[in-house]
Amino acid sequence: MSSEQLAEKYLTAHQREEIDHWLAKYPDDDKGRRSAVIPALHIAQEGNGGWLSRELIDAVAEYLGLPTTKVYEVATFYSMFDTSPVGRHKVNVCTNVSCMLRGGEELLAHIEERLGITVGETTADGRVTLKHEDECLAGCTGAPMMLVDEVYHTNLTPEKVDEILENLE
Amino acid sequence: MNAKVEETKPDTVTVTIDGREVAAPKGATIIQVADEQGIDIPRFCYHRKLSVPANCRMCLVDVEMNGRPAPKPLPACATAVGDGMTVSTQSERALKAQRGVMEFLLINHPLDCPICDQGGECELQDVSMGYGRSVSRFVERKRSVKDEDLGPLVATEMTRCIHCTRCVRFLDEIAGTSELGGMYRGEHMEIGTWVGHGVHSELSGNIIDLCPVGALTNKPFRFRARAWEMLSHPSVSPHDPVGANLNLHHVRGTIKRVVPRENESVNENWIADRDRFGYQGVYSEDRLARPMIKLDGQWRETDWETALEHTVSALKSVVSRHGGEALGALVSPSATTEEMYLLARLVRDLGSDSIDHRLRQADFRDDDHAPERPSLGRPIADFESVDAAFVVGGYPRWEVPLLNHRLRQASLRGGDVMFLNPRAHDWNFRPTLEHVVHPGAMVEAAAAVATALAESRGESLPQWVAAYGATVGDEHRRIADALANAGDAAVLTGGLVEGHPAGAELRALAAYVARTAGASFGVLTAGGNSAGGWLAGAVPHRQVGGGQGRGRDAGAMIREGMSGFITLGVEPEHDFWNGAAAERALGEAEFALALSPWATPRMKAWADVILPVASFGETAGTLVNAQGDWQTFAGVGRPVGEARPAWRLLRVLGNLLDLDGYDYQAPDEIHADLRGRVRGGEPDMLAWENDTLEPRSPSGLMRAGGVALYGTDALVRRGEALQRTSQARPASAVLAPATAAALGINEGETVEVRQGEATSRLTVTVDAAVPAETVWVDAGLQGSEALGPLMGEVTVTRV
Repeated sequence: MSSEQLAEKYLTAHQREEIDHWLAKYPDDDKGRRSAVIPALHIAQEGNGGWLSRELIDAVAEYLGLPTTKVYEVATFYSMFDTSPVGRHKVNVCTNVSCMLRGGEELLAHIEERLGITVGETTADGRVTLKHEDECLAGCTGAPMMLVDEVYHTNLTPEKVDEILENLE
Repeated sequence: MNAKVEETKPDTVTVTIDGREVAAPKGATIIQVADEQGIDIPRFCYHRKLSVPANCRMCLVDVEMNGRPAPKPLPACATAVGDGMTVSTQSERALKAQRGVMEFLLINHPLDCPICDQGGECELQDVSMGYGRSVSRFVERKRSVKDEDLGPLVATEMTRCIHCTRCVRFLDEIAGTSELGGMYRGEHMEIGTWVGHGVHSELSGNIIDLCPVGALTNKPFRFRARAWEMLSHPSVSPHDPVGANLNLHHVRGTIKRVVPRENESVNENWIADRDRFGYQGVYSEDRLARPMIKLDGQWRETDWETALEHTVSALKSVVSRHGGEALGALVSPSATTEEMYLLARLVRDLGSDSIDHRLRQADFRDDDHAPERPSLGRPIADFESVDAAFVVGGYPRWEVPLLNHRLRQASLRGGDVMFLNPRAHDWNFRPTLEHVVHPGAMVEAAAAVATALAESRGESLPQWVAAYGATVGDEHRRIADALANAGDAAVLTGGLVEGHPAGAELRALAAYVARTAGASFGVLTAGGNSAGGWLAGAVPHRQVGGGQGRGRDAGAMIREGMSGFITLGVEPEHDFWNGAAAERALGEAEFALALSPWATPRMKAWADVILPVASFGETAGTLVNAQGDWQTFAGVGRPVGEARPAWRLLRVLGNLLDLDGYDYQAPDEIHADLRGRVRGGEPDMLAWENDTLEPRSPSGLMRAGGVALYGTDALVRRGEALQRTSQARPASAVLAPATAAALGINEGETVEVRQGEATSRLTVTVDAAVPAETVWVDAGLQGSEALGPLMGEVTVTRV
C-alpha cells in the first residue's frame, strides 16, 4: 500500500496526534524520528488490545517515515511489546536471582498450575497471558514479585497471588 | 599559546603500537592505524566502509595513556588514538581478552565447517585457529535459528551467524534499503527480515562478502567448489560504464564465481549483483558450441574452415555486387575495445564507415559536436562529494548502480541530487526533487531550467534556448538555484536521454546548464565500453584518431537497411532503440553474419551465419570506463565448445579477405596499435552544447521505457539467478491512473501494445509514478522484445 494509507487505516486520528506530540520532542530527522518509535508503539499497542500486529507496526513505521525493519527491531526487542495476540491481562513473574532465592520459581509453578497454562500461553477464556520473562523486573527489595499489566505486586505468597488473580476481570 | 605548540602538527598524534612508534591522523581509531601499519588485530564487526558498532569485542587491545593503563582492554575499532598512547595488541591481558571473546562467539556456532561453503575462507575459522581453544568447555545446548529465504542470490544458514551486523549496516548505509535487522534480543537475537520479505537490493551480493562466517553465502555458487581449489584472476565487469573491478574464480577454466576486486577510484570494494552473477550466462543452455551456416534455408552445424569460407565468399559477394559502403557493422557496447577496433577496421577496409555501437540511441543529430569519447565529466569517486547534481532523463540506480551509490552518498552528506524524468522512480535515497513530465515535454522542461539558471546568473539567454519559449516553474527555479549556489555541481544525462527522440537537444541544453552553472557535464551510456567504442572508431562519423567518417549511424542502418551486416554480441530484439525494425533490417539484408556466444531461434530467423565467439571471462581485452580508465584483463575461462575469442576471429577474417595488417598474434598487440593512435586526456564534454538543432517535440500517447536492471545485455539476460529476482519480472505496461481511466483499462488487464507493426500483449499496472499520456514499458524484459522505439508513438487496446 502506498504512503499514508497504512497509517490512516490502522491508526486513529487521536493516536496520530499523540504520536505527533512525541515527535515534537525530538529533532525532525531520521535519528529524531527513531526516538519516537517506543512511545508510538505503546500508543499503537494500547489501542489494539495489548498487542502489535504486523500491519500496525508497518503503519507506525510509515507514519514515522522509517524503514519497517527498524521498527520491527524495537517491537521484537522489548518484552513490553507483544507481537502476537494476548489475553486481557499480562502477568509476568520474576524468577531472576533475587526472586529465585525467595521462591519465585515455586510461585510461577503455582500460577501455571492454577491457570492451567505454561509460560507464553494465554488462558482459554482470554483472561490472562503468562508472559516470558526476559530480565530481572527490578523489584528485588520486594522479592518474590510479579508484574500484572503495569502494577508491581511484591512480597508475594501463593495466597496473595491467588487473590490477585481472582480479582482480574 | 607559545611557539612550541605551533610547531607541532595539530592534526597528527604519535602512538606506539606493539613497540612501533607511528604518526597517525588525529581522530583515527587504533584499528585504522594498526591496519595501515600491517599490524593484525582480529575483528568481526568492524569494516572500514561501515559504521562502527563495536559489538563483537574481538578487537580488544591493551591501552596505556601517558603511562597510565586503561582499567580494562578497549575495542581497537572504537577507540581513537591519542598523543602518547601506547597500544599492545599482544600483551597477556589483550590475548586473554581476545581468547575469552572467541570462546563466547563459538558457544552457539555450529561445528559444521566441513559442509560450510565459507570453510577455507572464513574469518571465524581463521581467528579461532589463532585464538580459540582446541577443546570446548561448553556442554549446554547450542541454539539453532530458522533460515529465511532472502531470494535467489543469497543463501542463509543463520545458525552460523555471530551477529556482527555487517549485513544490516551495509543495507542501511550503502544499499539504502534497510531490508535486514537484528530481531529479538539477547540469546534470542536473529538477523533477518522478521516478515520474510527477502533482500532485493541491486547491491545485495556484497553482504555475502561482508559476512565473516558462513551465515550468508553465494546461492548460485553453493557447493560448486572449495575456496582452495579455485584460481583467481582479475577481470572487469562489462555491464555498465563504471567497469567494476572483479576477480574471477575458476576451476580448470570454468568460472565458478565472481567477487569484487578492490579499486577505490572505481568500485571501492563493492560490485552490483549483475557484476557478480552475470557470469552464469556464459554457461547458459543456448550457448553455441560450433559454427552454424544456413544453406537453402536449413541451418547446419559445420567446422570452422567451411564456416569461414562461406562467410568470406558471402562478404565478398556483397561488396562486389553492392559496393563496400553497403556493408554495416553493429557491435555491442560491452564488446572489448580490441574487438571494436578490429571490426571497425575490417568494415572500413572493405569500404564502409557504417559501424556503430550506440544501439539504443535515438537521436544522432549532434554527432559532429561530440567529444572524443563519452565521459562522466569528473572522476567517479568525486560524485560522492558534490553539493548538487542534476540528472536529466536517468535512473542511475538501474543504469549504473555503483554511480548511484556515489550520488546517494552525496545526498546523505546534504547534497542536492535532482532529476528531470519522464516518470518517478524508486530511489534508495531521498532525492531533493524529481521533476516528472511527459516524455515529450522533457526538452521544454530542460529549457526551463536553462532559462531559470540564466536569469539567476544574470546572463542573457542564447537565442536557441529562448526559442523553446519555456515557462519557468517552481521546480525549474529550484533546480537552477541549487546548481547556481552549489560550490561543486555536476550535470548528467542518462539512458532516457540516449533513447529520447530529441536526445541531441537534451544533451545540448544539459551542457548549456552545466556551463552556465560552472558544473561538470557527463553522459551515462549503455554497456561497459561505449568510451572504448568511440576511441576505437566504432562510430560511423569518426575514425580512429579523429579522421572524418561518412558512414550511417545505428539508427540509419536500421531505418534504411544495408545489404550486408556483421553483428557482434548483439540480440537486436532487446539491444536496439527500435528492436522490431532492427530484426527486420537484419532479416532483409542479403547476408547477415552474427558473431555471438549464443544462438537463439530469433537469431536464426535473421542471420545467415552464426560464428561462436568467446564470452565474458573467456577473452582478453580492454574496457574503457566512463572516467577514461583503460582496464585490461586476460582471458581466464576456457571458451565453451569450439568458440573463439572474437579478436582472433576478426583477425582471421581480415586475412582471409586479403586485407593488410591483420597479423596480430595477441590482443596486447592490437591494444598497443590502437593506443598509439588515440589522443589521451579528458574530453571537452561541453562540446555537446550546440545551437544547430531544429526543435522536435513529440506529443500524444507515447511509449517510454528504460532498460531493465537485469535486461542490459545478452549475458545478464541469461543470468539464471538474476532472472529469478524481483526486478526481472516480465514486462508490464504501466499507465497513469488518469490515462488508464481515459482508455477504460484497469489494473491487471491484458492489453495489446502496438508500435507500428510491432505488438506485444502485456499486463497493465496502474501507477501514479508515470505521467499522463505515457505507456511505460521497460526494455530487455520478457514481453518487451521486438517492440518499436524505446520512446515513441504507441497505441494500447484492451484484448
